[in-house]
Amino acid sequence: MTNAAVHMEGQLHAPAHGAVATGAVHAKGQQHPIKLYLVVWGWLFVLSTCSYLVDYFGLHGYLRWSLILLFMMLKAGLIVAVFMHMAWERLALAYAILLPPIAVLVFVSIMVLESEYTHFLRVLFFAAPS
Amino acid sequence: MAETVLTHSGQSTARLEGWRGIAADWASDQRAFKNVSWGKAMMWIFLLSDTFIFSCFLLSYMTARMSTTLPWPNPSEVFALNIGGKHIPLILIAIMTFVLISSSGTMAMAVNFGYRRDRVRTAILMLVTAAFGATFVGMQAFEWTKLIMEGVRPWGNPWGAAQFGSSFFMITGFHGTHVTIGVIFLIAIARKVFRGDFDVERRGFFTSRKGYYEIVEIMGLYWHFVDLVWVFIFAFFYLW
Repeated sequence: MTNAAVHMEGQLHAPAHGAVATGAVHAKGQQHPIKLYLVVWGWLFVLSTCSYLVDYFGLHGYLRWSLILLFMMLKAGLIVAVFMHMAWERLALAYAILLPPIAVLVFVSIMVLESEYTHFLRVLFFAAPS
Repeated sequence: MAETVLTHSGQSTARLEGWRGIAADWASDQRAFKNVSWGKAMMWIFLLSDTFIFSCFLLSYMTARMSTTLPWPNPSEVFALNIGGKHIPLILIAIMTFVLISSSGTMAMAVNFGYRRDRVRTAILMLVTAAFGATFVGMQAFEWTKLIMEGVRPWGNPWGAAQFGSSFFMITGFHGTHVTIGVIFLIAIARKVFRGDFDVERRGFFTSRKGYYEIVEIMGLYWHFVDLVWVFIFAFFYLW
C-alpha cells in the first residue's frame, strides 16, 4: 500500500524531481582545484612563448609550419578541455560541439585545390611582366 | 521497490558512459544534453556557429594568400616595433597574445570563485579580465593606427599583395569586436555578481528569471572562445 503510493508519487512527480536534480547540479557546477587552472595557465604562457620564438628565430619551411600547428593545437586543446570544462562534460555534448568543425577541414581542402587553380590561371594569363 | 523507483527518477548519477552513453543521451526523452542547462548548451551552440564564421574568414584569407601572384607582406616585419632602439619582430602581437591569455586565466579563476559563491573575488576577477580585454582592444587600435599611417588599406599596401589589408582588417576587426562585446558582457555580469544578485536570486531585468552563478561560467565560455580564436589567428595570420 505504502509502496504503491510512493511508487505513484514517484511517477507523478518525476518531472519535478528532474528539475530539482538539475537545479542541484547547477548550484554545484564545475568545481576543480585552483591549482589545475594555474598549471594550465602556466603551460599556455610557455606554449605562447614557444610559438613566438618560432618567429623570433626565423625558422622556415615545414619545421616552422609544423611547430606553429603543434603549439596552436596544444593551446587550443588546453583552453577547450580545461578552461571551458569540455573534459568534464558528457560525451553527448562534447561530440556535438567538437565534431562539426571537422567539416571545416573538408572546406580547407576544397579551397586549397581552388586557390591553386586560380593561381595557375593568374600565372598563365596575368603574370606581371618583370 | 519504492526506493528503486525513487533512485531512478531524475537522478543523473547512473547515466551510461562512452558510446552507449552518447546513443542513450541522443535517443532519450526531452533533452540530449543531460546535465547541462539550456543556457550553457545554447552558448556552446552559438560558439560552434561562431567557429564557422571565423573559419570562413581564415579560409578566405588562405585562399587569397595562396592564389595571389604577388609576394605576401612578411607579418614578422610588418608588426615589428622599435623598443629602446632595438628592432624586435612581431613583438606587439606577442604582447597582445600574453595579455589575452592572462585574461583567460583570470576568467577561469572567476568561474571557480563563482561556484564557491565568493561574490567579491568573482566580481574583482571578472573586472580584471575586462581590464585585460580593454587593454587588448587598445593595443589593437594602436596596431590599426600604425598600419593605416603606413599606408595599409583594404585595397592595397606598400609591401605586396593587396589582399593583405582586407584580410587583416576583416579578421582582426571581427575578433576585436568580439573582445569589445565580451568586455561589455563581463562588466554587466560583474555588476550583478558584486550586487549579490545570484545570492538573493534576484530576478533579471529583461527575463525576470532568477540568476545563478552558472552565468559566470557561460560568460567564461564566451571569453575563452575569444582567446581560442586568437590562438588560431595568431598562428595562421601572424606566424605563418
